[in-house]
Amino acid sequence: MSSDGDNDDFLYEDEYDDGFDQDEEIDIDSTSEPDVYDAMSPAIEEAPQKKPYDVSWKVKTLQEIIDMQNKEISKVQALLEVPSSSAAILLRHYVWNSEKLQEQFWNDPSQALEEAGLSPSSSPTARTTALPPSPTKRSNRSLRPGPSSLLKRTRSTQPTGPFECPICCMEYDYSSTYSMGCDHRFCKDCWIEYLSGKIKGEGESAKIQCMESGCKRIVREEVIDDLVTKDISKRYHNLLNAAFVADSPTLRWCPHPNCEYIIECSQAPTRMLNQLVPTVECKCGNDLCFGCGYAASHRPVLCRIVRLWEKKCADDSETANWLQANTKECSKCQSTIEKNGGCNHMTCKKCKYEFCWVCMGPWSEHGTSWYQCNRYDEKSGIDARDTQAKSRASLERYLHYFNRWANHEHSAKLDAEFYQKTEKKMEQMQNSGNLSWIEVQFAKQAVDAVIKARITLKWSYCMAFYLKRNNMTELFEDNQRDLERAVENLGYLLEQNISDTDSIAKLRQDITNQAAYVQKRHDILMDDTLRGYLERRWEFTVDT
Amino acid sequence: MSGLPKRILKETERLMADSPPGISAAPKDDNLRHFDVTVAGPESSPYEGGVFKLELFLPEEYPMNPPKVRFLTKIYHPNIDKLGRICLDILKDKWSPALQIRTVLLSIQALLGAPNPDDPLANDVAQNWKENQSAAIAQAREWTRQYAQ
Ligand SMILES: [Zn+2]
Ligand SMILES: [Zn+2]
Ligand SMILES: [Zn+2]
Ligand SMILES: [Zn+2]
Repeated sequence: MSSDGDNDDFLYEDEYDDGFDQDEEIDIDSTSEPDVYDAMSPAIEEAPQKKPYDVSWKVKTLQEIIDMQNKEISKVQALLEVPSSSAAILLRHYVWNSEKLQEQFWNDPSQALEEAGLSPSSSPTARTTALPPSPTKRSNRSLRPGPSSLLKRTRSTQPTGPFECPICCMEYDYSSTYSMGCDHRFCKDCWIEYLSGKIKGEGESAKIQCMESGCKRIVREEVIDDLVTKDISKRYHNLLNAAFVADSPTLRWCPHPNCEYIIECSQAPTRMLNQLVPTVECKCGNDLCFGCGYAASHRPVLCRIVRLWEKKCADDSETANWLQANTKECSKCQSTIEKNGGCNHMTCKKCKYEFCWVCMGPWSEHGTSWYQCNRYDEKSGIDARDTQAKSRASLERYLHYFNRWANHEHSAKLDAEFYQKTEKKMEQMQNSGNLSWIEVQFAKQAVDAVIKARITLKWSYCMAFYLKRNNMTELFEDNQRDLERAVENLGYLLEQNISDTDSIAKLRQDITNQAAYVQKRHDILMDDTLRGYLERRWEFTVDT
Repeated sequence: MSGLPKRILKETERLMADSPPGISAAPKDDNLRHFDVTVAGPESSPYEGGVFKLELFLPEEYPMNPPKVRFLTKIYHPNIDKLGRICLDILKDKWSPALQIRTVLLSIQALLGAPNPDDPLANDVAQNWKENQSAAIAQAREWTRQYAQ
């Protein structure tokens, strides 16, 4: 007989069961194992192989989610011999943990039913005694006097004569009233108004209780469907499904607008999110983070760090706003320069001064080893003497990373726009017979590579902001800088005038080569960073 | 005023004829959904001897939605803020259409007898209540003398 601890272990393993079985045995909980890293390194070139930091997932339709619930419900219905709507209410009460439900049910069926909001006896009419008073909790400070003579209650067991509804005080025939068998009877009009308000106004579904104050009886699905309009009933069922997905740690709605798919993933429970960034792709074609629901990939940054960063950006948005301006002045001749392509290599039209859009430094220095645009010069903060200067330095440090984070996002957008224009030119070249369809695809592939790399770079600046200064962080920033340079070079090439057919062959070769290099640098940064979590190489200035 | 639901008429009638001890509630002449309310401070509470004025309004959705209630008399209480708003469960998520004006007012009276600084609306008062209860109670008594008599 296994102890409680063994049981826990069993459940733990079970959760990962279909997780890493396609891989070699890699214990992601173990600390760094260099041989694992080496063994996996050759896989970098071949994309389809699953990496230890990747998760597997399935994309489900709403119908499949409904089927999942129905399957559980009929299982419980058969096991406990209760009506299907009772099985549903029981399962929802026990958050779809049918093992716990069975344990509690067989331990004390009446109590399990009552706690879930059901009649403790199977037949509602067999119940004649009044409900016991609801348990008084300290937090429920309100005083709930018993039934008053004004709002007199009529027993559900005496369906004769006219009935005065205690809510609206109007008289009704019994056929126009309804009671859940809890001694609280109300007119159907009041029920309809109440249920519709709960569903439409408050978005409630699984936990709609009796109208009587303090009565915990849950209104059954079929009662709601019978009473409310079709529209509201539909909304009610949508809410039930939403609650099922929200309650399940292995399910998540796709966050993209108008997408109705649900992602199922059992390998990214909350406790794993300090070492995994579970990016998944929905059937709608978009990426999302299964860990936090972010509607795009935020690799290689951990969910928690993304949340901290977004909060910081929201708090500091006013100081940051001016940074996002699309115009800057040439640092040499002061004429206004507008950024049109995504490339950071700027040339002033007036004085021909070449500079970096991000740091405004001369571009010539970006090629040398001592100049670094990606790394914030921490030394500048060391001189800070008083607290005012320190807080200024900390703001400047934040702005350094934020500026680069925002710039890559902005540049990715501009790159996409720029490509639209280029595409037209390419079509013309294709039509004039100078290039084949295959030959013009290089630009599309290159732009895709740039955009993907920019999104990763963007998040790499968020990561760097929270990393502690140490040797590992320097290696990270080296990878970041290499990718950044590769991307800027490719961006620069893409912005060249490609309508000149004589030079197109050379340009195409350059772009293709540079795109392959960008892809390679991207994969190196991503692979090394994500492995770093599993090997516990990264140290942050905040808790993860 | 025409079109007032029977439920409201009945509740009003009963409140006027037979109000709970220490509580009075009467609708305004120009708006029968708007009540002038007084609640006497419960015995052996720091509010004893005070008479607190409140306003109560029954929204269009009443009784599906709770009445809106507010203290008009200044009061030193951890669950009542400067604007007289009240932190009480049955006025929010624990509202049931089977509750009435009478039960709401009785609950408010009970809240005066049992302040709960762990679920505060007025943070500064609640903090004082927890850190220095005797001083807080003295302050509540002083405000009662000053504003509620
Ligand atoms: Zn009931
Ligand atoms: Zn009614
Ligand atoms: Zn989707
Ligand atoms: Zn995430």
